[in-house]
Amino acid sequence: MPPRFSLPCRSASAYFSKRPGPSVLGRLRGQHVDAGLSSPRRARAAPSPPEAQGVEGEPSISENQLLLSSAQEALATPGLHFTDGHGPLGPTGRGRQTRRMNLYGAIREALGTALGSNPKAVIFGEDVAFGGVFRCSMGLMEEFGKKRVFNTPLSEQGIAGFGIGFASVGATAIAEIQFGDYIFPAFDQLVNEAAKQHYASGGAYPLPGGSLTIRAPIGSVGHGGLYHSQSPEGFFLGAAGLKVVIPRSPIQAKGLLLSAIRDPSPILFLEPKILYRAAVEEVPIDDYTLPLGQMEIVRPGTDLTLISYGLPLYTCLNAITLLHDPPATLMPLLPDKLRPPRPISIQLIDLRMINPLPINSVVEAIKQTGRVVIVHEAGPSGGVGNNLAGELGRRAFEYLEAPIGLVSGWDTPVPLTFERFYQPDVIRVFDKLLETLSY
Amino acid sequence: MSFVLRTRALRARHLAVKPLRSGVTQVRGLQTDADKSSPAESLPESGSATFKVNLPGDSFHSYRCDVPDPEIEISKDGLVDMYHKMVQMRRMEQAADALYKQKLIRGFCHLAIGQEAISVGMEKAMTPDDRVITAYRCHTFAVMRGGTIKGVLAELMGRQAGMSHGKGGSMHIFTPSFFGGNGIVGAQVPVGTGIAFAQKYLNKPSVTFALYGDGASNQGQVFESYNMAKLWNLPVVFSCENNKYGMGTSAERAAMNTSFFTRGDQIPGLQVNGMDILAVLRAAQWAKEWTVSGKGPLVMEFVTYRYGGHSMSDPGTTYRTREEIQQVRSKSDAIAGLRRYILEWGVTDEDSLKAIDKSAKEEVDHAVEEAKQSPHPDLKDFWTDIYVSGRPNLSFSV
Repeated sequence: MPPRFSLPCRSASAYFSKRPGPSVLGRLRGQHVDAGLSSPRRARAAPSPPEAQGVEGEPSISENQLLLSSAQEALATPGLHFTDGHGPLGPTGRGRQTRRMNLYGAIREALGTALGSNPKAVIFGEDVAFGGVFRCSMGLMEEFGKKRVFNTPLSEQGIAGFGIGFASVGATAIAEIQFGDYIFPAFDQLVNEAAKQHYASGGAYPLPGGSLTIRAPIGSVGHGGLYHSQSPEGFFLGAAGLKVVIPRSPIQAKGLLLSAIRDPSPILFLEPKILYRAAVEEVPIDDYTLPLGQMEIVRPGTDLTLISYGLPLYTCLNAITLLHDPPATLMPLLPDKLRPPRPISIQLIDLRMINPLPINSVVEAIKQTGRVVIVHEAGPSGGVGNNLAGELGRRAFEYLEAPIGLVSGWDTPVPLTFERFYQPDVIRVFDKLLETLSY
Repeated sequence: MSFVLRTRALRARHLAVKPLRSGVTQVRGLQTDADKSSPAESLPESGSATFKVNLPGDSFHSYRCDVPDPEIEISKDGLVDMYHKMVQMRRMEQAADALYKQKLIRGFCHLAIGQEAISVGMEKAMTPDDRVITAYRCHTFAVMRGGTIKGVLAELMGRQAGMSHGKGGSMHIFTPSFFGGNGIVGAQVPVGTGIAFAQKYLNKPSVTFALYGDGASNQGQVFESYNMAKLWNLPVVFSCENNKYGMGTSAERAAMNTSFFTRGDQIPGLQVNGMDILAVLRAAQWAKEWTVSGKGPLVMEFVTYRYGGHSMSDPGTTYRTREEIQQVRSKSDAIAGLRRYILEWGVTDEDSLKAIDKSAKEEVDHAVEEAKQSPHPDLKDFWTDIYVSGRPNLSFSV
């Protein structure tokens, strides 16, 4: 069935015109062409594919308010725990240093810190000794030697099993699967061996100190196609025993990755690959961790809870901004009760870990707002959104004022030509916010 | 602190990755020159009449079988045809390179420049009933197996005129006798084994060539395929294109045994000079005879070389020296080798070869222009072809 864009909301008719008509999205798209709302067409000879475009002035990832651009903000990150036991002022009391880093730089920093602080830690994967295709292990082989940072054959199942074995006897295995799309040959090892080893051995394995972390880049870049843009996280939701962590930014990535590496449970650490270069923050240079298994309220709010993880959080924040300060062209589409100056207050949650879900804290959060929209890039079926919606529907049914909204990719392979269309864009999120708020 | 940094820097220089070999033309005594074959008799007048050519004795190494007779029958027209196709294929890949740099091809794109002798030479030994499956370095095979240059280039650009209607892209191109075009390293090998089973099941006198690289040789599913193929004696030729590097890691650093033709255990193997198109042709003929006569699977290793990087994002010079690439290009280039045969044996003159070069360029340029004109797929194509429509088809054939 083709994706639908209509706004099938009942009570919304009170705010929208009586005629069922096209949705906000449809009307906005129409105006794109008429009013020249979209960004200027790039001059190129070839016809361009239909792209899911944002609205005029949508900030790029690097301009997004989600990213912390001052040292002060960075050091105030909730949950930040410095391993030296001192607070944000550091052991000297004069403060701590931060450095501007993109996501791959932050990952590299975390990996270097892990190797430097733990002689039993090793890194392996396809081409990681040369820095990896996304440069996440750049220079680590030179710094720590080829015994501790080494290339493997192109053998994903072998890499996963090898890591499980190495970790089971007390070592810290940090493996890279070059693309999340290549993780499926390793699926058996991860689901049947890694996830179950501790349970199956009655808690005997891994031996103390043992830890397995598998890193893989996920998500689309706009033109990766069927085997380089997938978001495979949903496949691991049923793997009890395996933790799945997805960071949203450099500060988060460094802290969460160090926590993951130091956590004895097997962890799949999935990095949104478009953020590797695009997301830049002031990252504390000292050794620090962020708590695993806790969601974070990124923006407080009272009217609706918007839940996401990884890359779509940037889109979500843009949609919130759009709702707070709608351009004149959008204003006629807004129902009266949603028009400024009435402040609409949207709570934005970063799940950070999707397996196991931090369900209790999410339930508590949505009880305060009564409306929920979930956003992720993977398709809806078998994904985090429907999994979470089911739990929330059961646990907080009487608190909900509207059906739980989901904005996601589609149940298709990630298409080569229509990859931008596959990604949840700001208009789709905005549309779903309106639908859910006006229900 | 500065001392630590300095020692690290020194160590870094010491540990910097050096290519293992300075030159790669010698692989365990296998002949890897492209131009050492010679005619065994004087060439006939007629272009279509065949004549015998002697291949150097060390064009092949075998494992658990005898090497093929190093003699091949070929016609003058056959040589010229292969030359034309190889030049075309290189031009096509170069065009893809240019289109990628113009951002008309996005995403992932793996070129076979340097490896043309394999797709073109194997095709010459095959019939339309034979089947081919390979990984992502697939453009030349797609054209050889019934595709068109325009269809490939349009697919790379994600256009409707592409062979998968713009929905597959560089790594996913299919024809009735070619099963892709697969993005996951090694995943195509068991699929090829299944296709070979269908051929055996239906008593077809045909063979499946399941191609993979030296990197994929280390994937577990390749060994699972070997076992099934030998257990059930399937007509499959596991064909390893050994271009010496699995992405950025040389074969020596990734494989415990780099004699890929010996890795099938009970399965006989043949190592082939993949730079001499006549050796490739002879090996493919021999492999086809072997499998079709019911002797079961083979593991064949074509020793070859890619001039470019693994994919467009790899410059291909960080893990090997420029001299190494230059040495292969100047000494063992398959197109230059065939060109020399044609000129030295008096098959045709330099002017006709230049005319072929020119027409190949024009054909590819024309295909590029046509492909560029093709529109992107319609938006509705986004959600078509996900499930197979229509009633179940109860017939099967291969």
